[in-house]
Amino acid sequence: MLPAGAGDQQPPDLEALIAEWRAGVEQQRAVDDADADELEGHLRDQIADLGSAGLAPDEAFLIAVKRMGSVDALSTEFAREHADRLWKRLALGPSAGGQPSARRDFWTMIGFACAAALAVKVPEAFGLDLFDDGRFYARNVGLFALVPLAGFFAWSRGLPAVRATRMLGPPFAAAAVVVNAYPFEDGSDTEALAALHLPIALWLLVGVAYAGGDWRSDHKRMDYVRFTGEWFIYYVLIALGGGVLAGFTAGAFDVIGIDADDFVSSWVVACGALGAVVVASWLVEAKQSVVENMAPVLTKLFTPLFAAMLLAFLGAMVWTGRGIDFDRDVLIFFNLLLALVLGLHLYAVSARDHRAPHDVSDRLQFVLVASALVADALVLVAMVDRISDFGLTPNRVAALGENVVLLVNLAWSARLLLGFWRGRVTFASVERWQTAYTPVYLIWATVVVVAFPPAFGFA
Amino acid sequence: MPKDLVAASATPLVLGILSEGESYGYAILKRVNQLSGGELEWTDGMLYPLLHRLERLGYAEASWKVPAGSRTRRRKYYRITESGRQALAEQRRQWTVITGALRDLWHEASPAPSPALLGS
Repeated sequence: MLPAGAGDQQPPDLEALIAEWRAGVEQQRAVDDADADELEGHLRDQIADLGSAGLAPDEAFLIAVKRMGSVDALSTEFAREHADRLWKRLALGPSAGGQPSARRDFWTMIGFACAAALAVKVPEAFGLDLFDDGRFYARNVGLFALVPLAGFFAWSRGLPAVRATRMLGPPFAAAAVVVNAYPFEDGSDTEALAALHLPIALWLLVGVAYAGGDWRSDHKRMDYVRFTGEWFIYYVLIALGGGVLAGFTAGAFDVIGIDADDFVSSWVVACGALGAVVVASWLVEAKQSVVENMAPVLTKLFTPLFAAMLLAFLGAMVWTGRGIDFDRDVLIFFNLLLALVLGLHLYAVSARDHRAPHDVSDRLQFVLVASALVADALVLVAMVDRISDFGLTPNRVAALGENVVLLVNLAWSARLLLGFWRGRVTFASVERWQTAYTPVYLIWATVVVVAFPPAFGFA
Repeated sequence: MPKDLVAASATPLVLGILSEGESYGYAILKRVNQLSGGELEWTDGMLYPLLHRLERLGYAEASWKVPAGSRTRRRKYYRITESGRQALAEQRRQWTVITGALRDLWHEASPAPSPALLGS
């Protein structure tokens, strides 16, 4: 049948065929947009020629495509010439995306990173030395780093300043008052605990700004979990680079007889460490689609290894009949272990397609979580017997509380994983449990910062 | 025609065609077909990675142009560069050596077997 319309105009079905073919070509990573244009032009020329030789458009299309060669072979050839394109390109700088919003975000990031870097130097103007008044800086480092970060998110999410201030201002201000107004004893445990827990509480508060105020949404919370994992990885990488930079700076000046150590540690390291908090956040955001999410990849790699380690540990304990050799660090060690297992579980959950059916990695998750629970339960049982010998110091109460927080989460996770294994619950409920639990961490960290010091007499 | 031979002759052919004047992919292919009397069959798509390689090596320059007249679709035109001409001259010298040697060899031995002879 002859197509309606005349002359240059091609029937719509041919356009659809060409579009479909082009989409197939564009899917190949080695072929970029301009190449696809070039190839499509070729295809159209060929079709036009064959058409003027008397072929129907669909026949001409088939022959032209055949002559072009299979998309796979084509892609292999292109990949040989453009091997670089197989690597996702991570272009830095404001011109990278070319989109005005990306450019604006870049300068916003620079602004807030500088704010964070300078914030740590402001107290020096009031006579507080980074080294001599280390306690002050330890208590406030979370504020120095995370207030600018919250600002960056509020700004780049378009959160109105008034709303952002009303939502985040009071908790941040309260935190600043609490850690600075409490009369901590010199070198007290409660002070160290507050310094340790304040960044955790504030980090969770920053999540409110990250979610653009919509912190009740499960999706946004999960996004923040993913963000946290990627941020951590970027931050570690930046820290490694920064360490090299600091080392070379000191070394180079040493060569010409200038001692730059003080400058390096009070400016390069201090400002860099705080500025990097914002820079790493921006990198995670801007490069979301460029770099593979690393946290889930590492999780996949280490879940079986940690599961095997825990099983071996339990096996050895049963086999040798050894009790737990108790000292004050055992509980902290097991807290870290539980936190790590929770992290592995969390990032496995965050990367999983919750519609996918149950598979072997889910069973592995269950084995990991369950064996961590058993190990921790053994530690707790051993401890209950002797709790009276120890007395309640702030460190022990904090460690015990954290253990309970993690244990509850993991116990319920194990239950849900088992239910999922048996097909009784959906994976979405495993995910929802994790997102619903996030406020608990905030509450506990706040309790340690706010309630512990007075409860233990600031000792 | 064996694939190796097609691949080996592709570069001098394309450079040779470009030395006649700037051109674009589809036209280059048509010219190859015309020159070889349809005997040299390329998979069309493979021409483009080759053109991109010539571009990368600096033997050709490319520019996008909207051809005068017809449609609004743009085309990528390739133009040979000075170093492309030098490469072509070198390739030409090498191919002359090879074809000359083969011709001499086959000339001395015997006339090429004719189809009639093979048929009997």
